Amino acid sequence: MAIRRTTRSTAASGVASGVPDLDPVIHQRVRLGIVSALAAGGATSFTDLKAVLELTDGNLSVHARKLEEAGYLRVTKSFVDRMPHTEFDLTDAGRAALASYLDQMEAVIQAARP
Amino acid sequence: MPQDRPPLRRSQPAARPEAAAHAHLRFIRETMARTGTFTAVPGWGGVAMGGTAVAAAWIAHQQPTVSAWLAVWAAEALIGFLIGLWATLLKARRSSAPVLSGQGRKFFLGLLPAVLVGVALTLAVYGFELDPTSKYDPRSIPVVSSLSLHLLPGIWLLCYGAGVAAAGTFSVRLVPMMGTAFMLIGAIALLAPSGWGDAFLALGFGGIHVVFGALIVRKHGG
Repeated sequence: MAIRRTTRSTAASGVASGVPDLDPVIHQRVRLGIVSALAAGGATSFTDLKAVLELTDGNLSVHARKLEEAGYLRVTKSFVDRMPHTEFDLTDAGRAALASYLDQMEAVIQAARP
Repeated sequence: MPQDRPPLRRSQPAARPEAAAHAHLRFIRETMARTGTFTAVPGWGGVAMGGTAVAAAWIAHQQPTVSAWLAVWAAEALIGFLIGLWATLLKARRSSAPVLSGQGRKFFLGLLPAVLVGVALTLAVYGFELDPTSKYDPRSIPVVSSLSLHLLPGIWLLCYGAGVAAAGTFSVRLVPMMGTAFMLIGAIALLAPSGWGDAFLALGFGGIHVVFGALIVRKHGG
């Protein structure tokens, strides 16, 4: 039992083992992909982001909602040719969170160097 | 005592934090590179390239010699390349997207072979088939030197279209569609009557660039 719990804990935290204080919102792989894509591409439509990250509609919606709730993502809904058009953009808080995350990753690498 | 199964593992080896950090940074870099190319196809740049191509077609049509006609289109090719490069870099810089790595590099390498084939065929025609000082009359090109000159617009459109279609596999769907449209116009140009070359070049390098550039602006930003 104890073994199973240890294994699950390691898998759940993934690369976080030994890395304290990582932002749990951005540390999730899909959300990290969304934030990275928006940081590189600026405001991006739902369709484009789904294609870039190879996600399903539902998966992208769920993770975008979490990022929006955290204040990292701005969602703009409009109509183009009477079709609904959803566009995502990174907020300043989202950019700061990604920058902070990158700093933490670099710090981990620096700390491991002899 | 023989073992009929591997010993139980008491725990999974934990990933080294620095290796995991490297993996995360690589994932971020790759995602950014993919998104950069995805959105860095310049819509306004395409419209501008189309505008200069229409102007070049009009100027080329007025030229007195084959050599001058070719010089106009060579200059237009250079101007178009510089506009495309500048527009791509501008759009990429605006969105902080990398261009010369990852998918951007693949896009360039996909386009390059077909463009080089077009350049080689043009040089071959210019060097071995045509008299550069001969009179350029798009309406009645002499039969002896007409064949190669007549084929050049179709060859250029086909080569450029093949390059864009191949490179477009790393970009949005509109880009390979644009390449296919170039190839279609190029194929028709090969079969069209002699003297329609400039019109097909205006339609291809002008019209297709403007139409698809505008579509890219509308759907994927400037």
